Amino acid sequence: MNHGSVERVTTVVVGAGHAGLAASHFLSDRSIDHVVLERGEVANSWRHERWDSLRLLTPNWQSRLPGLRYEGQDPDGYMTMGEVTEFIERFAAVSRAPVRTGANVTSVRRTDDGYQVTSSRGEIRCRTVVIASGACNRPSVPLFHSAVPDSVEQLTPFDYRDPAKLPDGGVMVVGASATGVQLAAELRQSGRPVTLAVGEHVRLPRVYRGRDVLWWMDASGVWDQRYDQLDDLTRARRLPSPQLVGTHERATLDLNTLTSAGVELVGRWAAVRDGRALFSGGLRNMFTLADLKMARLLGTFDEWASENGRDGEVDPPERFAATRVPTSTRLQLDLRSGEIRAIVWATGFRPDYGWLAVPVVDAKGQLLHEGGVVDSPGLYALGLPVLRKRRSSFICGIEDDAREVIDHLARYLAGGSA
Amino acid sequence: MGERAHIVMTTVANGVNVQALLDAREVLKGAPEAAQFTWRASSKWDNGVHSTTKIQPYFGLGAEQNHKTEFVFEADHPETFAAEDNGITPIEYLLVGLASCLTAGVIAVAQNRDIQLRSVTSTVEGHHDIRGILGVDSDVRNGFNDIKVTFKIDADASAQDIEALVAQSQKRSAVFDALTNPTDVTVEVA
Repeated sequence: MNHGSVERVTTVVVGAGHAGLAASHFLSDRSIDHVVLERGEVANSWRHERWDSLRLLTPNWQSRLPGLRYEGQDPDGYMTMGEVTEFIERFAAVSRAPVRTGANVTSVRRTDDGYQVTSSRGEIRCRTVVIASGACNRPSVPLFHSAVPDSVEQLTPFDYRDPAKLPDGGVMVVGASATGVQLAAELRQSGRPVTLAVGEHVRLPRVYRGRDVLWWMDASGVWDQRYDQLDDLTRARRLPSPQLVGTHERATLDLNTLTSAGVELVGRWAAVRDGRALFSGGLRNMFTLADLKMARLLGTFDEWASENGRDGEVDPPERFAATRVPTSTRLQLDLRSGEIRAIVWATGFRPDYGWLAVPVVDAKGQLLHEGGVVDSPGLYALGLPVLRKRRSSFICGIEDDAREVIDHLARYLAGGSA
Repeated sequence: MGERAHIVMTTVANGVNVQALLDAREVLKGAPEAAQFTWRASSKWDNGVHSTTKIQPYFGLGAEQNHKTEFVFEADHPETFAAEDNGITPIEYLLVGLASCLTAGVIAVAQNRDIQLRSVTSTVEGHHDIRGILGVDSDVRNGFNDIKVTFKIDADASAQDIEALVAQSQKRSAVFDALTNPTDVTVEVA
């Protein structure tokens, strides 16, 4: 052996978040020797890459990992980031995951019989790799951000912690996902004038017919829709997170809530020209699309409830007011006027596969995989949106995904192919 | 695959070859360069504010192409502008573009969703304060202040499905996008 000194294991898992640890759980079940490499500490992104007020979008009773359930006093509440971190740490402990912290993976490349994984803690050769490094490694910000005048401070959700860190004065929040609406609400509450640029978005009530809307997604089978049954998988995977927030009051946080709070809505931010932000005039249609999609979804919940005799255990069907269209919307805003002092780009995140020296990433930087089976023998992925089902995008989706993906991995090891 | 078979089997006939569009979408996924089109128009001054614009060649699918025939458009201004009214005003051409683009979108989306249409009509109103172009008030813009499109659609579908057709056609409309989002325009003298 040329590489007598190189460590060998059967499987390397990249990342010790909920996905990597779930992979480890099922690998241990099957006695497949493995190691989990973690660049920082367990649940690193939850600890270090989230803002202070963030709570999970899913209620506590949905926080379940293989062999671990929420057992606290508030099943309908939503975990803080500290609580999520503790929950995942407890999972790492009970499943005795062989986690190596401070091991930042810098390259994964193919060898004749598997992969060579290089990290800041050395080199490992293995037959299989599970990529569980997350879907939100880098904020994605439109190119025109570089045309924003220097007098305006720019932040991403990775930089943002709480309103106090921002300069006094007006704030422009860009994007109406969960992140965008939460930050817009919080910044408005801090007394700042807030403008929110709204593109395509997903509107949901927090509570529908007396139940958390995510209870409906779970119970009615929407979250069970498989990746290979969806009309437009690419779209499903790129969908912005729904306009939800986890609060004690279980309050809905949609654009009407923000309008009532005094947030000014403008269309999708399309360009910067001569120091001016230019917004799309298509805002009304963004509202219509989101309202129609929400109504259709609630309709499927109602159908499910009546077909399955569940109407008795929930409140009567509800319909919500259309998103209110502002009497006039601004199509441009002078960024040099001082009206806007800071911009928060809530324009999504993307994964970072810069370390992956295997040609399995498409032109847009997304991993090429079929339900977590990557297009390279022995390479797998977990913890990506709609990986195998709609539920995959949430913590509670990892159990089935990890079981099925590790099943495939085990078959590959046993048979040489799957 | 299931979805395609479904479309071939459908009895809905709105006169749109959705299969060809879906096939093109598949092919262009792997060949973005073939998707680069250049639409062209050439215009000539006639007299006064009357001009004639002709359209025939365009570039697309990697090659020069031609409309089956040359199309000719007269533009002028009406008598209220002290002109001869040999054709519609240029800004009215934007209404032609918007109405026809949204209508095409409604039909294509309906076909794709298996919705049989019986009639689709629309009216488009562009509200225009001409103090802008006349230089009366520098705070008034030259273009439309706003545009309102009203569709009347008779189809085998619920009101909500019809509303969704119209919403989706806006989402995929070239002209809607061109009017609602800024475009970099260069005008030079050759």
